[in-house]
Amino acid sequence: MRRESVRAGFRVGVPFAVAAALLAASFGILAEPVFGAPATLVMSALVFAGSAQFGALAVLGGGGGVAAAVIAAVLLNARYLPMGIALAPSLRGGWLRRALYGEALLDASWAMANRGEGRFDPDFLVGATLPCYPAWVAGTAIGLYAGDWIGDPAEWGLDALFPAFFLALLVGGELRRGRTAVIVALLGAGVALALLPFAPAGIPVIAASGVALLGLFTGHTQETEHPEIEEDPVG
Amino acid sequence: MAETWSVVIWLVVTTALVRAAGPVALGGRELPARVTAVVALLAPALLAALVITQTFGATDGDFTVDERVPGLAGAGGVLALRGGILLAMAVAMAVTAGSRALF
Repeated sequence: MRRESVRAGFRVGVPFAVAAALLAASFGILAEPVFGAPATLVMSALVFAGSAQFGALAVLGGGGGVAAAVIAAVLLNARYLPMGIALAPSLRGGWLRRALYGEALLDASWAMANRGEGRFDPDFLVGATLPCYPAWVAGTAIGLYAGDWIGDPAEWGLDALFPAFFLALLVGGELRRGRTAVIVALLGAGVALALLPFAPAGIPVIAASGVALLGLFTGHTQETEHPEIEEDPVG
Repeated sequence: MAETWSVVIWLVVTTALVRAAGPVALGGRELPARVTAVVALLAPALLAALVITQTFGATDGDFTVDERVPGLAGAGGVLALRGGILLAMAVAMAVTAGSRALF
């Protein structure tokens, strides 16, 4: 493991850990009446996957059963499959070591560890995830035990943090990689938008990843431009 | 209560499996060039889809248009002016919260 990459990832990950803590607090507030405090805290500590946790909460809170909640969570988590497949060629070592790198997958860490042309910096990914984990667990605890003081998380606009974050990564990094990337991003957004009103939660993102199959026909890596990506994308 | 703990256990197991699946199944292999080209395009496709679902998705997965839209537009404005990621996120949060307070 390259320590300098881990440290660089950690530095970049700290601001997002703050955002994660805010979201986790909102999860704690919303989940406490449905799951109870102990199960909510254990879930955040052992699952550590915001969208799946919110998805399961929405299903159970809406009167759904265990199977429906788990299916919703699995669909929401299914985007980790293409993310893991993208990360895989950059990993070395035995299956256990590779699995442990996979457990560090977060949307934000994965995106920030992307070095373009199908390459990733796995140690940077681990570093970026490291501050997010305690922030997620602590944020959940704060939401559970200080929820009355915080109030309604929606009033703080917390739900706008991550769309803005993903937009920034897209505009600041991926769209600079060439025309094909722009076309794929537009098509991916279109697929997600078209499916969102009808498809079960999680499916729009998975379906949108299928747009990347265009790479089979375009030879994207050969035509990729080499953008001057800032070392610290948080800037 | 048993229902809640069942969900927790299922989520722990399935999340760990899904996260490990790609790295364990494909890790360390040199992929053919065409597959690498597909992998390189996963990031823009997934990020664009995440922008859409996180902006227009309700907590139960349904489609909704709410104050996150002007928030995202604010972030887009910051990025167009070459502002940083954190500033864009702060503006998105502030515009969304402000819109909710006003309307």
